[in-house]
Amino acid sequence: MTVFILRRLLQSAGVLLATSVIVFLGVYAIGNPADILIAADATQLERQSAIVALGLDRPLIEQYWIFLSNALRGDFGRSFVFNQPAISLILARLPATLELALVALIIALVVGIPLGLVSGLKPNTLVDETIMTGSILGFSLPNFWQGMMLIMIFSVWLGWLPAGGRGDTAQVLGITTSLLSWDGLTHLILPATNLALFNLALVIRLTRTGVREIMPLDFIKFARAKGLTERRIVLVHVLKNIMIPVVTVVGMEFGSIIAFAVVTETIFSWPGIGKLLIDSIMLLDRPVVVSYLLVVVFMFVIINLLVDIAYSLLDPRIRLRDTQ
Amino acid sequence: MSTIVIDNLQTHFETPAGVIRAVDGVSFSVERGEILGLVGESGSGKSITGFSIIGLVDPPGRVAGGRILFQGEDLVGRSESEMRALRGKKIAMIFQDPMMTLNPVLSIETQMVEAVRAHDNVPKLEARRRAVEALGLVGIPSPDERLSAYPHQFSGGMRQRVAIAIALLHRPDLIIADEPTTALDVTIQSQILFEIQKVSRDFGMSLIWISHDLGVVAGLAHNIAVMYAGRIVEAGPVDTVLDHPVHPYTVGLLRSIPANLRRGEALEAIPGMAPSPLRRPSGCPFRLRCFAATATCETEPVDARIGEHSWRCFHPQNEARP
Repeated sequence: MTVFILRRLLQSAGVLLATSVIVFLGVYAIGNPADILIAADATQLERQSAIVALGLDRPLIEQYWIFLSNALRGDFGRSFVFNQPAISLILARLPATLELALVALIIALVVGIPLGLVSGLKPNTLVDETIMTGSILGFSLPNFWQGMMLIMIFSVWLGWLPAGGRGDTAQVLGITTSLLSWDGLTHLILPATNLALFNLALVIRLTRTGVREIMPLDFIKFARAKGLTERRIVLVHVLKNIMIPVVTVVGMEFGSIIAFAVVTETIFSWPGIGKLLIDSIMLLDRPVVVSYLLVVVFMFVIINLLVDIAYSLLDPRIRLRDTQ
Repeated sequence: MSTIVIDNLQTHFETPAGVIRAVDGVSFSVERGEILGLVGESGSGKSITGFSIIGLVDPPGRVAGGRILFQGEDLVGRSESEMRALRGKKIAMIFQDPMMTLNPVLSIETQMVEAVRAHDNVPKLEARRRAVEALGLVGIPSPDERLSAYPHQFSGGMRQRVAIAIALLHRPDLIIADEPTTALDVTIQSQILFEIQKVSRDFGMSLIWISHDLGVVAGLAHNIAVMYAGRIVEAGPVDTVLDHPVHPYTVGLLRSIPANLRRGEALEAIPGMAPSPLRRPSGCPFRLRCFAATATCETEPVDARIGEHSWRCFHPQNEARP
């Protein structure tokens, strides 16, 4: 298993390198940051010196080489806009996004699995059809619209929850979090729900399908023949089998939640990494965009690794092997 | 008192196409320590009979009539929780495909300990001790180590032994075995048969052995009941029925066993197919495939009996013997 993990980490270095090339080229193709960043009334001389200072006068290959050699030393460049190291800008905002994504994931699992179980155990009943119809809404209604409706209902009409912002935060071990204060929590509920809805629908459907597949199998009948309670059969025998597809999909989706929290963060003015990305793309703040994408890719790699490890814990037939 | 008496059991499936009478008036009884072989083609209702006894008929199926007297008490109409208390404790079941009967993601230990603790409130360690004992009983080497393994680490034969060990955990009074050796190699099959026979004798357990293999039943059972289209067409002591079959269907089954022939001789198959359970012929359900059928067979035959040997046919073959 150790060899497996080391090998995977080594592979991920290759993935990161490839991504950096693609992203660097992509951002280069979008446009010239000099056109946006330098004031229109700047003199030719000021303009020239700014371009040189940002390193934009050199050929693309050389720019990439400078970026890469600096990156290997942990320096991902300074933001053109904020004149701060890009990576520290990102890391300063990452906890807010991670917190949002994590709470969204927990909501999706904690609400989705029980609903999926109920739905799968009582197929084609009123309860099942209600839950299934609800999940279709979760899939098909655009995320931004769902977000605005949440604000409309819970903030504007009912006035229960704040419409945006992060609220009071507390510092724990150097990480800023909203989870520890009541005010922070109330600010977190709506955006996290908004971000969770799609995955909630996904988890409900995965769980329902899993239950429908597992219930008619012989080992469930055998478990009944042993005299087990229905409760134990569902919560142990069925659930552990279902967790394998759920973990797979949710693992993949967690990366997406982080990467695409953009919409939710924009609607709820959540000071997370997604908002930073949108701003940086608008301003062609190349170091921030490149660093952001590398951080996201790195997180995907780590999440996939964790999912693979979770597999081997859930399903004894899977053993992580050092394949050649 | 008989361990189990089945009296005119009716198990029906209500489908949109009509009511399927999977079990249509089956009666038999099994004494303590006795092994009954329940034989028939696929779809004859023999498995459904087994599931009816243990109360695990899948919907839309249900026991629509008759009585299932287990140790004198009728199980028909019992509540789910009453049946659950009985399952695994007094009545156990072994299934056909050992590859599918154990949960692939739970260890053998988990699956055995939960079976013990479903009925007896004992500490985990005691439950584990009983599990080890049961595994030893069915001939699993070094049971203590094997307990922590997962099903995929066992062969088919070993898994079936584990399933049997689970069935034996509470020393039930009745075990229903639904073709438990059909999916196994012949050598493994004979080992399992030996173990089953031994525990049944040692603990005085009654056994209903569901099979389509007359050879296995001949060597194992005391009594045999031959099922066709949801009914028992012939029943009696195993030697009597197999040596002097009376019902044309039993005769046909015995003739279609390769071992009874000389090399090169053509196998004699029963012509036609088992009737669709939705469209069974009137009268004797076997008459359209029967070599002895006459116009009389269009009326329902009734049970005839000499001693313990009974049959349901107007044209008994051979000379019936008790």
